[in-house]
Amino acid sequence: MLIEVNMTVNGRAVSGKVEARALLVDFIRDHLRLTGTHVGCDTTQCGCCTVHVDGKAVKSCTMLAVQAKGKNVVTIEGLASADGTLHPVQEAFREHHGLQCGFCTPGMVMMGVDICRRHPNADEKTVRHELEGNICRCTGYQGIVEAIMDASAKMAGGRA
Amino acid sequence: MENFGYHAPTKIADAAQLAEANEDAKLMAGGMTLLPTLKQRLAAPSDLIDLAGIADLRGVCRDGDEIVIGAMTTHAEVHESAVLREAIAGLASLAGQIGDPAVRHRGTIGGSIANADPAADYPAGVLGHGATIVTNKRKIAADDFFLGLFETALEPGEIITGVRFPIPVWSTYQKLRHPASGYAVVGVCIVQTKTGVRVAVTGAGPSAFRMAAMEEALTKDFSVKSIEGIAVAADDLNNDIHASAAYRAHVVSVLAKRAVASR
Repeated sequence: MLIEVNMTVNGRAVSGKVEARALLVDFIRDHLRLTGTHVGCDTTQCGCCTVHVDGKAVKSCTMLAVQAKGKNVVTIEGLASADGTLHPVQEAFREHHGLQCGFCTPGMVMMGVDICRRHPNADEKTVRHELEGNICRCTGYQGIVEAIMDASAKMAGGRA
Repeated sequence: MENFGYHAPTKIADAAQLAEANEDAKLMAGGMTLLPTLKQRLAAPSDLIDLAGIADLRGVCRDGDEIVIGAMTTHAEVHESAVLREAIAGLASLAGQIGDPAVRHRGTIGGSIANADPAADYPAGVLGHGATIVTNKRKIAADDFFLGLFETALEPGEIITGVRFPIPVWSTYQKLRHPASGYAVVGVCIVQTKTGVRVAVTGAGPSAFRMAAMEEALTKDFSVKSIEGIAVAADDLNNDIHASAAYRAHVVSVLAKRAVASR
């Protein structure tokens, strides 16, 4: 049996028919064709599938699409402005080289935005603790941590 | 995972009716354990009853000498609650030590204690504070709630609506965190009340338990020295790839001393 789901994704009202067992990440990738959200471990550990639901970072591999009914979802595709201006966290990842292969990057950036919102002027210890649910196998995290600290300071200073 | 029927009631009574009408249905709180379990096909319920739409199950408030936390309140909400931080800072800190930020945005206190994972953090907090688990049918003292490995006093279809925590004089929760999963290899909650000290341990045994010898010693003299000579028996403790029973017994003692020293 298929269930009708409606939600807002990146500011756009979307709907689709899914099985109850369909994951939110599958709805985002397969139905909406927004493939920026990645599936890494599929076991709630790596954070590659991180999106925002009603303004909070969640792992979309461990949430059903039907649980997002009526919610406001933002994916990596929804961060930059319509004119292509990058979000301060995206800009900081570029500036500090916060990526290498790029697979974890959408999740890192989405979690980074969440961290910056909750921790203005976040220090290194806070950022590292908050990144516990996001795994990167390339960079050793240094550039990612620097990017989030920098974006957090800039966003707190009102430049974002 | 296998497919299932999905229900999203908005009232506790409706959820209870759905659960009672179908013994193959499963209640879902935040889904942080249930959904991975379904993905691995370790469970295949015919129906899921999602409790997220029931507004009455959410929130943190003070009621006299108690803090009441709704069953569907997320770990992040508990961690950030100003009311709770003022009244029971140790419990707010415990909630912030669970999993990672994304998990804390979804996982709930009711889900955690209903599941009664031996390595979950909340059971130590609930038992340590001598909390009362409130369901749609009755009130259950924490001392009577955790019965064994993934086993609680809940009856089929019974729904936790909230947890009432008596406000203590002081409390803390110290854990040795498993670096990959974030679960407690061992976690120790120490609570000072007006009448004595309670010590609850999670991660070490099949379910959370109290350390009577430490409670007695700390009630007489709240100092690291008073529990230094208390041996923790490894006999019934968990023994797995992550830690041996003897190691866990040692860590219970280390964390208890660390907790007392943090006062």
